[in-house]
Amino acid sequence: MTDRPALFLERRSYRRRRLTDMIRALPVVGALLWAVPLLWPLEGEGTVRTSDAIIYIFSVWAGLIVVSALLTRLMPRGEGRTDDGQDGA
Amino acid sequence: MAPLNILIAVCLIYVAFLFVVAFAAERAAMRGRGGWLRSPVVYTLSLSIYCTAWTFYGAVGYAARSGLEYLTIYIGPSLVMFGWWWVLRRLVRIGRSQRITSIADMISSRYGKSNMLAVGVTVLAVIGTTPYIALQLQSVTLSFEVFSDVQAAGQTAPDHGATALWVAVGLSFFTILFGTRNLDVNERHHGVVMAIAVEAVVKLFALLAVGVFVVWGVAGGMSETLARIDASEIGTWQMAGGRWAGLIFLSAAAFLCLPRMFQVLVVENDNESHLRTASWAFPAYVMVMSLFVVPIAVMGLEILPEGANPDLFVLTLPLATGQEALAMLSFLGGFSSATSMVIVAAIALSTMVSNHIVMPIWLRATGGGAMVSGDVRHVVILSRRVSIAGVVGLGYLYFRFSGGGTALASIGLIAFAGVSQFLPVLIGGLFWRGATRVGAFCGLSVGFVIWVYALLLPSFGAGVILPADLMAEGPFGLGWLRPEAFFGIAGMDPLIHAILWSISLNTLAFFVGSLVSFPSPLERLQGAQFVNIFEHSSRPQSWAGGKAQAEDLMVMAQRIIGAREAQALFESEARKQGMSGVLPEPNARFLDVLERELAGSVGTATAHAMIGQITGGASVSVEDLMAVANETAQIMEHSSQLEAKSEELARTARQLRQANEKLTQISVQKDAFLSQISHELRTPMTSIRAFSEILREDGLGAGARDKYATIIHDEAIRLTRLLDDLLDLSVLENGQVSLREQSADLGTVLDHAIATALTGVSGPVIRIRRDRAAEAIRLHTDPGRLAQVFINLIGNAQKYCDAEAPVLTIEVRRAGGRVVVDFIDNGKGIATDAQGMVFEKFARVSSAHRAGGAGLGLAICREIMLRLGGSVSYLPGQGGAAFRVELPASGSMAAQ
Repeated sequence: MTDRPALFLERRSYRRRRLTDMIRALPVVGALLWAVPLLWPLEGEGTVRTSDAIIYIFSVWAGLIVVSALLTRLMPRGEGRTDDGQDGA
Repeated sequence: MAPLNILIAVCLIYVAFLFVVAFAAERAAMRGRGGWLRSPVVYTLSLSIYCTAWTFYGAVGYAARSGLEYLTIYIGPSLVMFGWWWVLRRLVRIGRSQRITSIADMISSRYGKSNMLAVGVTVLAVIGTTPYIALQLQSVTLSFEVFSDVQAAGQTAPDHGATALWVAVGLSFFTILFGTRNLDVNERHHGVVMAIAVEAVVKLFALLAVGVFVVWGVAGGMSETLARIDASEIGTWQMAGGRWAGLIFLSAAAFLCLPRMFQVLVVENDNESHLRTASWAFPAYVMVMSLFVVPIAVMGLEILPEGANPDLFVLTLPLATGQEALAMLSFLGGFSSATSMVIVAAIALSTMVSNHIVMPIWLRATGGGAMVSGDVRHVVILSRRVSIAGVVGLGYLYFRFSGGGTALASIGLIAFAGVSQFLPVLIGGLFWRGATRVGAFCGLSVGFVIWVYALLLPSFGAGVILPADLMAEGPFGLGWLRPEAFFGIAGMDPLIHAILWSISLNTLAFFVGSLVSFPSPLERLQGAQFVNIFEHSSRPQSWAGGKAQAEDLMVMAQRIIGAREAQALFESEARKQGMSGVLPEPNARFLDVLERELAGSVGTATAHAMIGQITGGASVSVEDLMAVANETAQIMEHSSQLEAKSEELARTARQLRQANEKLTQISVQKDAFLSQISHELRTPMTSIRAFSEILREDGLGAGARDKYATIIHDEAIRLTRLLDDLLDLSVLENGQVSLREQSADLGTVLDHAIATALTGVSGPVIRIRRDRAAEAIRLHTDPGRLAQVFINLIGNAQKYCDAEAPVLTIEVRRAGGRVVVDFIDNGKGIATDAQGMVFEKFARVSSAHRAGGAGLGLAICREIMLRLGGSVSYLPGQGGAAFRVELPASGSMAAQ
């Protein structure tokens, strides 16, 4: 980085960091969504039909795949991988 | 029709096709045209070895038994892939920068390149993978049997074990052919990766074809299928929460830890950016793979007769509906799943076994031998091949002795739980610098023991390996140690129970072991490199070695590339380094050259491993780096010593130069002294001789004679004084003077000196300014000699002070046990450059020979003061010439 990057550059690297944050958050979101079936009752009146369960689980899946594909597409490629924020930073 | 024969023929054709694919891929890669081989798509497809025959056949059976639980096996890996930024990105970067060859290599490398740890991980991996290979053999065998059952009439049904044996032999052969065709850099196998990518497509296509056929061909459409699902015995959500969450965790952990997954994820990875694509494409792949599982299971339950093996619905459903071609495709899909898994698992395990067990033993056994030639390539490849055969053979044995009767999925999950024991050590190593080798040992041992005790052994059934009473009562009647109810917590699902306790106690042991132990420097260095992987450079580290190893390298190189060639190579490298002799310095550059050269003979991976063996590490020996650092430290110390020495030398030289200057000066002074003294002696002598000659002539008046006699007398006196001075100085300098010390008053001495100095002076007399009160000091000294000094100083002031109204100030004071007498006149003083010379003999400040002194006065003063225990010095910056006389005050006291 130069000592005083232009506003344009700063905005871009800011965007990139937020994009990284989204990529990081994605598995957490996925885990939470897939944890929802833990709340479904196993007996009694409110039991969930398997077809509904399939539709829910696969919808989450497809949604995550689409979001992940979009995010990784948006992430700039190339050698700049290392400077876009360290893990845990 | 002879479907079994057709089946075998199709299998062989398929295998031949795979061989062609692999062969073509390797050729393309070798010719550098394999850009498309390294596409993210191929990488993603190669990850599909996660979906084994267990997935292909077993998932349907799993779904038929437990509803949607099978999805957990795919959801876990999907989450890992979605979270690639967290773990996989690190793993891949580390794998590439450290040239990791397997998960055992990874763990051993992180924990100080401990080969013991690598051996441990290898053994665990073999134990964890063997049931899994057995599973693949079983599935292929079962699928064969399906066909033979259908066509049982007129055919002899193949022997159960014989089929498995043939499959095992075939797979070993296949793997040896592909997996050890070449020993590529970083253990990459383009041919194998390409083949399993093709197989991935085949199995996906096969499962999709069966699924589409079942949904739209049998069930009658999507909504109809959903209705049938809801009406079936798995029609409602019946998932225990613990199993749902536990299995998702387990499959995610296994996805990272399975040796074969590590192989394709990290080792075979060509480009880190492939992970980006795989992060969504692989979840998409497994999602599609699992899409039709439930419909197939439901339709199988509905259509097929009671008691049909649900694990084989994928095959039996098309067969039952007369779709033999579809069944064949489905069979190929299952075959692909099984073969690709076995191939990659065998490669991964054989790499581990060969690198961490066989090669170290072989190198140790032969490393110091006198063997000059010998094909190491042969040894490496042989050890790989034997390892592959051994791994597959173990799988076969497991299959034979376990009877092949257990439900497929349960063996798979047990294997998952086994390899998941690597997870704490692996993840801890990536994120926690404090993780140590001891901790890793503790964690792995605890986890492994619990896994064996609580899951693996009970899985054979009570009374088979673990006695039934132990299962019920615990060992030695210790109820809290019951294999399936630790600490008395009964009623849990055995699998979840085992995972919970093994992983948590594993983590705890790992954590505590790390906390209480202290890592070796190498561990700490590797830890820092792993944890801060993105702060370090991304290129592979280069070699570093110590001098002692050059000979070992030579011995090794001779074995591999031949004695003459090796010697020529070493000599030319040594010449390049500017060294004489045969052995070059084993620096990083040389080791790189050597590695490339060896790679030409045995492949880069082996070359790397062999140099690693000799330089003392699996990849880069940081110990050597440290040795180098030590050496550097020594060099630095040495150079700082040199620096100190040269500084000392410079100091000595400076002193010598000063001494030399002084000597030269003294020599000049001596010459000057001699010429001066001859001049001084000659001048009065000349006038004495001249006037005495005149006196001898007659006819001189009495007045004239009187005058001349006076001149002669004066000159004689001057001469005598000069000689007296010289004698005085000589006596003083030789220390032969005897002092007449007595008590004297400073003021009195000054009175005497002033009176003497100013008596008979012609011209204006210098005014003396004194402070008599201050002069009232009683001294114990030689007053005559002291007066001589004062006379000299006052006389000089009288002679040389060039002020219009010359004034000499005499200041007396006591300073710290000394009496200080300053003589300050108001003249121009002495020029700075002459100040150092005034106390030298014959030194005259002005060239004017005004006073006619010989220039010995101050020299004598200095000597006298030295004898009296004091000093006389020039006092600069007083407005005129100023001399300071210092006397010791000891023995002196105030007069009053």
